[in-house]
Amino acid sequence: MNWTWFHKLGSPKWFYEVSGRWLPWFAVAAALLLGVGLVWGLAFAPPDYQQGNSFRIIYIHVPVAFLAQSCYVLLAVAGLVGLVWRIKLADVALQCAAPIGAWMTFIALVTGAIWGKPTWGTWWVWDARLTSMLILLFLYFGIIALGQAIANRDSAAKACAVLAIVGVVNIPIIKYSVEWWNSLHQPATFTLTEKPAMPMEMWLPMLVMVLGIYCFFAAVLLLRMRLEVLRREARSSWAKSEIKALVGAA
Amino acid sequence: MSPVFALLLARESRLLFRRPAELVNPLVFFAIVIALFPLAVGPESQLLQTLSPGLIWVAALLAVLLSLDGLFRSDFEDGSLEQWVVAPQPLPLLVLAKVLAHWLFSGLALVLLAPLLALMLGLPARCLPVLLLSLLLGTPVLSLLGAVGAALIVGLKRGGLLLPLLILPLYIPVLILGSGVLQAALQGLPATGHLLWLASLAVLAVTLLPFAIAAGLTISVGE
Amino acid sequence: MSFSSFAEFVAMGNHGLYVWSAYGISLAVLILNVVGPLLARRRYLQEEARRLRREASK
Repeated sequence: MNWTWFHKLGSPKWFYEVSGRWLPWFAVAAALLLGVGLVWGLAFAPPDYQQGNSFRIIYIHVPVAFLAQSCYVLLAVAGLVGLVWRIKLADVALQCAAPIGAWMTFIALVTGAIWGKPTWGTWWVWDARLTSMLILLFLYFGIIALGQAIANRDSAAKACAVLAIVGVVNIPIIKYSVEWWNSLHQPATFTLTEKPAMPMEMWLPMLVMVLGIYCFFAAVLLLRMRLEVLRREARSSWAKSEIKALVGAA
Repeated sequence: MSPVFALLLARESRLLFRRPAELVNPLVFFAIVIALFPLAVGPESQLLQTLSPGLIWVAALLAVLLSLDGLFRSDFEDGSLEQWVVAPQPLPLLVLAKVLAHWLFSGLALVLLAPLLALMLGLPARCLPVLLLSLLLGTPVLSLLGAVGAALIVGLKRGGLLLPLLILPLYIPVLILGSGVLQAALQGLPATGHLLWLASLAVLAVTLLPFAIAAGLTISVGE
Repeated sequence: MSFSSFAEFVAMGNHGLYVWSAYGISLAVLILNVVGPLLARRRYLQEEARRLRREASK
C-alpha cells in the first residue's frame, strides 16, 4: 500500500495551502448551520410537554457536550499519530485543539447548570453527566497545564500525547464508575438528555446544531493551526514569502 | 522473574531505607489529614462514621500522590534514568520494579496504618478486612497512575502542583470504587463485586501503565 | 412557529432568563474562540512586519 498521501498530510506547506482553501468553507457552513439550527430550535421546535421552553437549552448543551467529548478523543488520536509517525502537524493539532475542547466543556457545564435551575430547582446537581463533564474539564486543564509547563516544544507535545492517551483509556472507566456512583447515591432522577424517543421536529434542529458545531470546531482549529504552522515554519522559504504577502496586504 | 527485576527491587529498597524520612512523611501526612476532619466537621461519632470511607480514601489518595512526587527525581539527577533508557532490558519492566519497590514500602505502610485511623473515625471493626483488601487492590493503581505523572514532569524545575493537576482526575474511578466498597461494607451489604472491579482495575494498571511510564521517562530524558 | 408573538418568544414561557442567558454565554464563548486566534494572528503579522521593516532599513 502506498503511504505517501499520509506523509504528505504531515507536510506543513501542503497543510497550509489546503487548509487555506478549506477554512472559508467550514466557516460558511458553520455560520449557516448554526444560524438555521438556532432559529429552528429556539423559535420553531415545539416546546417540551414536561419542561416547557427551558428544554430549548438542549440545542446548545448537547452539541457542545458531544464536541467536548470527541475533541478529547481527537487529542489522543493526534497524540498517537505524533508519537508513532513523528508527524509534527499532529503535535500542532493536539496543542491547538486542547483549549477549544476545554472551552466547549465549559459551555456544556454552564448551560447544564443553567438548565438545571428550572428543571431540578438548583444550579448544580451531582448528576452523572454533569459530574463526568466536570472531570473532563479537569482532564483538559491537565493537558493544557502540562503543555505550558514544558519549555521544549517537541517534548511538551510528546508528554501531552502520553497524557491524552492515558486519559482516553481512562475516560470510559471514569464514565462508568461515575454512573455507578450516581446510581448508588441518588434515586433515579429525571435526566436531562435521555428522553423517551424525541419526536422528529425536536430532533432535526439538534442534528443541524451538531453538524454546525463540528464545522465551527474545524474552522477554529484550522485557524489556530495555520497560525502555529506559520510560526513554526517562519524560517522556511515558503513561510517567509507567505508572511511577506500577508504583511504586504495588511 | 528476570534477575534484573530482583536486583533493581533490592537496590530500590536499599535506597529507600537510607532515606527513611521519605517513607515516613507520607504516613504522617495521611494521619494529619485524617485528624483534620474531626476538627473541621465536629467530633460527632455518627457523622464521622458515615463520612469515614470517603475521608480515608481521599487522604490515602493525597498521601500516595505526595509520596510519588520525587519518585524519579534523584534517578533523573544522577543520570541513572539515562542508563535505564539505553539499557538492553525493557524499560517498562525496570519501571515496574521501581514502582513496585516504592509501593512495597510506602504503599503497604499506608495500608497498614489505615485500619488504626479508620477505628479512630469510628469505622466498626467488622469493616476492617474490606478496608484492608480494598486499599491493597487500590493503592497499586494509585502508585502506577501517579508514576505516569511523575515520569512526565521529572525534568521540570517546578513540578509542584502540576502532578496533582494531571493525576487526580485519573484517580476518580479508584476513589469511587474504593469508598463504595467501604460504604457497602458499612451498611452490611456484600462487597465482593466492587472488590473484583478494583482487582480488575489493578490488573489493567499493572499490564498497561508501565508502558506509559516508560514512554513518559523516555520523553523526559530525551529533552 | 411555536410562538404567537415576539414578546412570547422572548419570555420563553417564564424560562426566558435561563434560555437566553445560556445562549448568551455560549455565544460569547464561541465568539471569543474565533476572535482570540484572529487577534493573535494579527499581532503576529504586525510583529513580523516590524521585523521586516527593521531588516530592510539596515
